[in-house]
Amino acid sequence: MILVWIVMLPIIGGLIARLSGRFGRTFPAWVCLGALAIDIALAVGLWLGAGANARGAWIVETKMPWIPQLGISVHLAMDGLSLVLVALTFFLGICAVVSSWTEVKERVGFFHLNLMLTLAGITGAFLAMDLFLFYFFWELMLIPMFLLIALWGHENRRYASIKFFIFTQAGSLLMLVAILALFFIHGRATGEYTFSYGALLGTPMGYTTELLLMLAFFAAFAVKLPAFPVHTWLPDAHTEAPTAGSVILAGLLLKTGGYGLIRFVIPLFPEASFNFAPIAFALAVVGIVYGAVLAFGQTDLKRLIAYTSVSHMGFVLLGVYAWNELALQGALVQMVCHGVSTGALFMIAGSLQERLHSRDLSGMGGFWTSAPKMGAVMLVFALASLGLPGLGNFVGEFLVLIGVFSVSPEAAVFAASGLVLSAIYSLWIVQRVFHGPQKITVADFRGHEMAAMASMIAVIVWLGLFPQPVLDLFGQTLKTLNVTTARPVETGIDKFKAGPAVYRINLSTGVQKK
Amino acid sequence: MTVPAEHALVLAAILFSIGLAGVLARRNIIFMLMSIEIMLNSAGLAFIAAGYKNGQADGQVMFIFILAMAAAEVAVGLSLALRVYGSFKSLDADAASSMRG
Amino acid sequence: MYELLWLVPAIPFAGFLVLAVLGRGLSEKAVATIGAGSVGLSAALTIYLGSLYLSNPPADGVFTQTLWQWIYAGGLNASIALRLDALSLLMVFVITGIGFLIHLYSTAYMSGDESFSRFFAYMNLFTGSMLVLVLSDNLLFLYLGWEGVGLCSYLLIGFWYKEPYNGYAARKAFIVTRIGDTLFAIGLLVLFTGLGTIEIQELMIRASSEWAGSSLPVLAAALLLGGALGKSAQLPLQTWLPDAMAGPTPVSALIHAATMVTAGVYLIARTHALFELAPAVMVLVAAIGAATLLLGSLSALVQKDIKRVLAYSTISQIGYMFLALGVGAWHAAMFHFMTHAFFKALLFLGAGAVILAMHHEQDMFKMGGLRKEMPFVFWTFLAGAASLSALPFVTAGYYSKDLVLSLVWPSPFGGGVLWACGLAGAFLTALYTFRMVFLTFFGESQRGIGPKPGIAITLPLLVLAILSIAGGFVETPGFLGGVDLFASFLSSVFAREVFQLETSGVIFAGVAAPLAGIAAAWLLYSRREALRGFVQKPLAAAVSSLWFSGWGFDRVYDFLIVRPFLALTAVLKGEPIDSPVNWLAKASEGLNLLLVKTQTGKVRLYAAGITIGAVLALSAAVLL
Repeated sequence: MILVWIVMLPIIGGLIARLSGRFGRTFPAWVCLGALAIDIALAVGLWLGAGANARGAWIVETKMPWIPQLGISVHLAMDGLSLVLVALTFFLGICAVVSSWTEVKERVGFFHLNLMLTLAGITGAFLAMDLFLFYFFWELMLIPMFLLIALWGHENRRYASIKFFIFTQAGSLLMLVAILALFFIHGRATGEYTFSYGALLGTPMGYTTELLLMLAFFAAFAVKLPAFPVHTWLPDAHTEAPTAGSVILAGLLLKTGGYGLIRFVIPLFPEASFNFAPIAFALAVVGIVYGAVLAFGQTDLKRLIAYTSVSHMGFVLLGVYAWNELALQGALVQMVCHGVSTGALFMIAGSLQERLHSRDLSGMGGFWTSAPKMGAVMLVFALASLGLPGLGNFVGEFLVLIGVFSVSPEAAVFAASGLVLSAIYSLWIVQRVFHGPQKITVADFRGHEMAAMASMIAVIVWLGLFPQPVLDLFGQTLKTLNVTTARPVETGIDKFKAGPAVYRINLSTGVQKK
Repeated sequence: MTVPAEHALVLAAILFSIGLAGVLARRNIIFMLMSIEIMLNSAGLAFIAAGYKNGQADGQVMFIFILAMAAAEVAVGLSLALRVYGSFKSLDADAASSMRG
Repeated sequence: MYELLWLVPAIPFAGFLVLAVLGRGLSEKAVATIGAGSVGLSAALTIYLGSLYLSNPPADGVFTQTLWQWIYAGGLNASIALRLDALSLLMVFVITGIGFLIHLYSTAYMSGDESFSRFFAYMNLFTGSMLVLVLSDNLLFLYLGWEGVGLCSYLLIGFWYKEPYNGYAARKAFIVTRIGDTLFAIGLLVLFTGLGTIEIQELMIRASSEWAGSSLPVLAAALLLGGALGKSAQLPLQTWLPDAMAGPTPVSALIHAATMVTAGVYLIARTHALFELAPAVMVLVAAIGAATLLLGSLSALVQKDIKRVLAYSTISQIGYMFLALGVGAWHAAMFHFMTHAFFKALLFLGAGAVILAMHHEQDMFKMGGLRKEMPFVFWTFLAGAASLSALPFVTAGYYSKDLVLSLVWPSPFGGGVLWACGLAGAFLTALYTFRMVFLTFFGESQRGIGPKPGIAITLPLLVLAILSIAGGFVETPGFLGGVDLFASFLSSVFAREVFQLETSGVIFAGVAAPLAGIAAAWLLYSRREALRGFVQKPLAAAVSSLWFSGWGFDRVYDFLIVRPFLALTAVLKGEPIDSPVNWLAKASEGLNLLLVKTQTGKVRLYAAGITIGAVLALSAAVLL
């Protein structure tokens, strides 16, 4: 039942916040903080008891029938991966609420309702083990986020919110078709019509069917991730969203894409995913380089940070499709660390926008003199963004590179060029905003802002120097996935000793391994 | 000499076309209503002819239904025409076109 | 009590944390105490550990200490672990010793600066990272220190951030070294994937047994070399070091002379077993070293800024170290590293004292006659310059350079050509060094000088001057006594070379070249008018400007890399991928405009539509 509470608390909190909006401007924020605090306490409690309570694959599991005639149940389950991501959700949720404390002035209650519904949708997506329920939560996080951008966003919010909505919805609808197809195929093959994840694993189906279904699922998660050609919604959405919206978009929504790939695409369709891997590698590497190159050329601070997200998530895509222990660990750590570091960067950008009423880089410069705390915090997160060892992002990126190298050395080498490119844009941000002669003065961080920033710095340094507990939790998930996928999870060394594997896809004759 | 039923049906068809042409071509609402009347009567004639052909009274019954319905429709139609005239100051059907895209 | 080893890097890190968080509120004296004191404590601890090591060495001469498990996943087992052996002890001694002296110097040099605490915070962070780099037991932890020193270099070059040029120089340094770092990272990937471990000693053992005869060591060694080239500012990644002189002079002394730039030398020395498996790469290292030492010397010969002379000199001297590494003369390279740290730091600190006295004037042609006005600085600077020029028999620089040169010719990877390059470099080094001395300290004094330096400045200069003279006596060639304390100290790490050349011709050349250089400098530069006329000639002017710009590397890189990148950025800025998407949006808008025309609001049109539709449907039903 605790899982149901974890998902329902944000919804209840959001509704109370909506109603309390009439009592004052800060009431909704306090209500949300309270709900999220309880939630994060529950998550931490589960974390601390994870070792003792683990039974089999899941740390906690809940299953209740919902629509038995259609094989739909409320099946929520938490393992190491979902535990860490759920904790991240609430942590970033608290940061988002704090960052919008003074920024949102109209319809504050409704704003917080949307915020909490989005968080609830994300949490549910991370916990759902029934495909119908998963799709339910997947859609749940969409509309409130659309409203957040459309109602409280900046100048170009209409374009950005509609673009975000259509992109995501198009992918999701393809996924819906695939879910239904899977439902029917499974039913016809085994006689059991169900949406349950565990039952649908290993559904027998022809190769072409598997390929098409995999592509449909991939479409939804690739848009969310975002993978290279379908990433264009991201810069606009991140730029025009209010600060809390940007934090949740960059910190959490993108992670649902990665989570979906790991949890659904590859375990449900192993053969097709395996053959698709070279294309995924290519998309990932192009995304890493493209995102970094474009980031450098932007004049809008939030747009620049948005493009860095495209670049970082390329590493996640790369790691997931390498599908060995090192690469997956790297991808998961990268997801968590990117959420924290990019969330922090957006919060700083939001603070700057609040003070300057502009995101234009050409109007900024020399702020270190008047705002040294902000400068130092931005420096820390710019360094995290460029993958400095000692901060969490390095652990993620490096594990991905090691894992990918044994599968595809070329992809790893090209992805490593992202290290140089990320240095270029990260240092450029610091230089442009904080260094140079002082043009205007800017107020420094206030107490509550600094507290939020300090906690995020603590998290990213902790993940950089002591990632082992998180790696252990993820390791438990990888064992789960090993059990349920058709192909074993291999370690890097064995693969390399057999010689680097090069895959070619020939649509007429199938896969040839050279 | 009995009139073949087919002739009645052909007459009904001709009357229907005339009525349809009238609805589409005339712009004055009253004339459109009159054309609709013609269409209704032609439909009734068709029913009579069918009833005559099959030797059943159903055709006549349907015609009485149509008569009643036509009367009701004329009542509503004329009151609508009055309202249109009141709002748009004209009985031109094309004048009442503010619900456009 | 070897267990205290972890304190050596930890104390500077603690100093960094204290100064970073609380520094703004503390007085200058408190900041100086914490900043210099932390490195001083580390230095004291190093002396203690060193004496312990010499009197009671641990088993095999190695002591390892694991602090905690960093990353353990999928076969990768990286821990935060320290390793003390002769090589790392040598490095730690230099880093903490010279580091402390430079920190002490900085308390006076940076006094009055508005960001005094920030400076010492960064310097402490640097010291801690550099110590991590040399003490690390595995390549991943080494990489952490490696990047950490790169970060501190960036922060300290751009310390005076209000000036945009400083930020540019800092970014240039970071990005150029990052290119090297990326190559290093890829080398790490190759090593781990091929050998299954990331601990340095284990890697060396496995490489020797599993990779003998394959081409993988060449790949791995070449990639590690790439990393070393970036950090140590060798060809072709040397362009950042002259611009790095934008930072405060103590930074140039510590980071860009004595320690960070020698990280590449340390890396190759540490993984020498791997390099020995890849002869092709050894030859490459030696060739790059020789080329760099010549190019650096020639560029130093025409510089006007005293710090730039020293920067190119550093590039050149590290070329000597690479030359020694490339021919397999491992302990000669480390010996030259040690003496170079002494005299180069001394020269930079002396230059700093001169710059302060000249009210931040750095152009040597505006200086002169300072030997009468700043005698203490003059004599210590002269000691450093003599050591750099390898003045025979009385300076440490002579012994280290002589050792390098005597091993270059007979080595299987070396040869006469490389030896000749080294010898020519010795001549040029003496030439430009004493050019610098004559221009700065001799001749007519042109400006009045500021206040005399205090104890915080003079003490480090004195200590370093003594070391620059006497530090070489630990390793002397055969004809002068054959002392080999240094080589035997490092014998637990490096096997002794079997080749050595000590013919009288070589010895004579080694003595003559520096003396000739000094003489030439006196002839050319103590009376400047003669030279001025020569430099006006067109050929000389063209060559001189080529050398002045560092052989045009900056322009080539700008043309080949920077401009295309900026052009690419400009082209892609508008997100061309968006065009199909926006086109789709426009197309649906256009379709909407087209279809909306059917919504006329006219009843008759609707009726007509119904009619046509009904006709079509009925005929379809009837006919089909």
